[in-house]
Amino acid sequence: MKLFEYEAKNILAEYGIHIPDGVLASSPTEAREAAIHLHPPYVIKAQVLVAGRGKAGGIKFASNPEEAAEHAKQILKMKIKNLRVNEVWIEEKIDVKKELYFGITTDRTHRCCVAVASAVGGMEIEEIATKDPEKIVKTLIDPDLGFRSYHARAMARKVGYSGKLMIKLGKVFAKLSVAAMDYDAELMEMNPLVETTGGSFVAVDARLIIDDNAIFRYPQYEKRLFSEGQTELTPEEISARRAGLAYVLLEGDIGIMGNGAGLVMATLDAVQYYGGSPANFLDVGGGASKEQITSAFKILLTDRRTSVVLINILGGITRCDNVARGILEAKKMVDFTKPIVIRLVGTNETEGRRILTEAGIHVLDSMEEAAKMAVEVSKGR
Amino acid sequence: MGIIINRDTKVVVQGITGLQGSFHTRLMLDYGTLIVAGVTPGKGGTEVHGIPVYDSVSEAVERYGATASMIFVPAPFASEAALEAMEANIKTVVLITEHIPVRNTIQILAYAKRQGVRVIGPNTPGIITPEDCKLGIMPAHVFARGEVGIASRSGTLTYEIAAELTKAGFGQSTCLGLGGDPIVGLSFVDTLKMFEQDKQTRAVVLIGEIGGNAEEQAAEYISFNLKSKSSPLRIVAFVAGRAAPIGKRMGHAGAIVMGKTGTAKSKIEAFRKAGVKVAEKPSDIPKLLAEKI
Repeated sequence: MKLFEYEAKNILAEYGIHIPDGVLASSPTEAREAAIHLHPPYVIKAQVLVAGRGKAGGIKFASNPEEAAEHAKQILKMKIKNLRVNEVWIEEKIDVKKELYFGITTDRTHRCCVAVASAVGGMEIEEIATKDPEKIVKTLIDPDLGFRSYHARAMARKVGYSGKLMIKLGKVFAKLSVAAMDYDAELMEMNPLVETTGGSFVAVDARLIIDDNAIFRYPQYEKRLFSEGQTELTPEEISARRAGLAYVLLEGDIGIMGNGAGLVMATLDAVQYYGGSPANFLDVGGGASKEQITSAFKILLTDRRTSVVLINILGGITRCDNVARGILEAKKMVDFTKPIVIRLVGTNETEGRRILTEAGIHVLDSMEEAAKMAVEVSKGR
Repeated sequence: MGIIINRDTKVVVQGITGLQGSFHTRLMLDYGTLIVAGVTPGKGGTEVHGIPVYDSVSEAVERYGATASMIFVPAPFASEAALEAMEANIKTVVLITEHIPVRNTIQILAYAKRQGVRVIGPNTPGIITPEDCKLGIMPAHVFARGEVGIASRSGTLTYEIAAELTKAGFGQSTCLGLGGDPIVGLSFVDTLKMFEQDKQTRAVVLIGEIGGNAEEQAAEYISFNLKSKSSPLRIVAFVAGRAAPIGKRMGHAGAIVMGKTGTAKSKIEAFRKAGVKVAEKPSDIPKLLAEKI
């Protein structure tokens, strides 16, 4: 789960990392009010959960409260990558001497966390890695030992600091690593981390993504996991999550659902192989109930782009008769006239087939045959 | 033969009194797995399908000399269960549980390394040596005994492919799920090393998916160790997720393309460079194996 910039920054502040003084505002009036209590010049930043807001015009500078209010008004009307901006963060502009990067993430290959620092910052770390790979320093974190003060100092030295500034920067790195561990961070970063003209270090932008599987430890965030505008998910993705389903919206016209992430991915691939284009990824998981099948199928049926629905079920702990009943239930609830192609094999297969066949739905045996047929139907052949 | 488990492996089921634990214990017993005890804290002294239940893993180990554990414990408590098993001297841990926080998995694997424990998963369907023993939740009827080993990052897709193989007359030696999480215990490389040593296994099917670089590492290992004509193993691969977009999790926590890392294209190219045939679709796998054997 992604947190907003201001939330990530407030966490950094709790751990003793300097952030620019700032206030959250959800209206131009609030923005003016906020600015009065801060020192100009100001930066007004859209609070959205996608990268690239700067390029989209979501970050503006102001020299007085009126200007701040005017910018806030503009930004609060914006939609950035389809996400509405509900709040802006107004903060004091920092005098930059140098921009750095520091973050903690997981290293899948080495099965541990990794600290990443860079002598240049302000752009995405992937971009730095492509343009200036030699500026990036990485330290794998031993799970037993943790990220120690001497690791932090070594990294500060490698990004070009010595003496008192090295010690100071090392402390900032170490503090972030503690925060990242405490918050089960999939990624926590300061980008840019600014060295000011006054010789201190300030996190001017920050990002925190909490491991979804650890969210139960953070009830304050868990409760908004399913509310629109509070996560980067689309409304369809949110309603799928509520029903315990994994859903990803794609660009095509063939609605797809199946059980098991790998099987659904392979179904998407098969559709593409035969020249079709998937509208989505929808995994009902193992042992889905009739109710879950119904809500999954409803998501597919209400997608207006869909020309045909393809269902691929290989029942193990998922029962084919439950699937069949769920499908018919959903069909009754939504007025759907588009064709449906179903592959259904496994546990209670005979009963499942009987239910569907009696309702006039043809059932296939092979996943590839089904994918091919769905593509043909989608092209009107 | 097969790898890791056999008919004599003494197994403890942690979380045996839960819905999933009890259901699959029944199926594993029917398959012939030697389950000696169950563990559920607070339920010590009871029984499930005639199997005695204890409060702790160490009691079950001391009493029966169990060496493997199957974990069905819910995510918030699963890492405690795994650590307990390893401290009690269990040497093979199968972590069925999905949604374990990554931080906990890192801790489990660090401890496993020190204790010399093999961890399968988390988020795995488990492991099966057909017609011999299963420590898992897979539907047993799609598997048959034979010479093909399967290592996979997916569950249902493994059943799909195993069923295709069985239908085409290719039985399996051992099939195991590595797990769908970003960080898991056994890797493709670990399993290839074990299949190399196994007399029954003559071919291996690797079933990968987007995310991470486990497939690329396997390809590198193969090109250094298993590429030659004298190699004991013939290898065929399948990679799911060619149609997946960047930055979206495709069901599994680990199935995500980050920037340029973890694409199906990169994995397929790595395999092909290492001389491994990559199937375009699951039904091609038996054909490719037939060419190879």
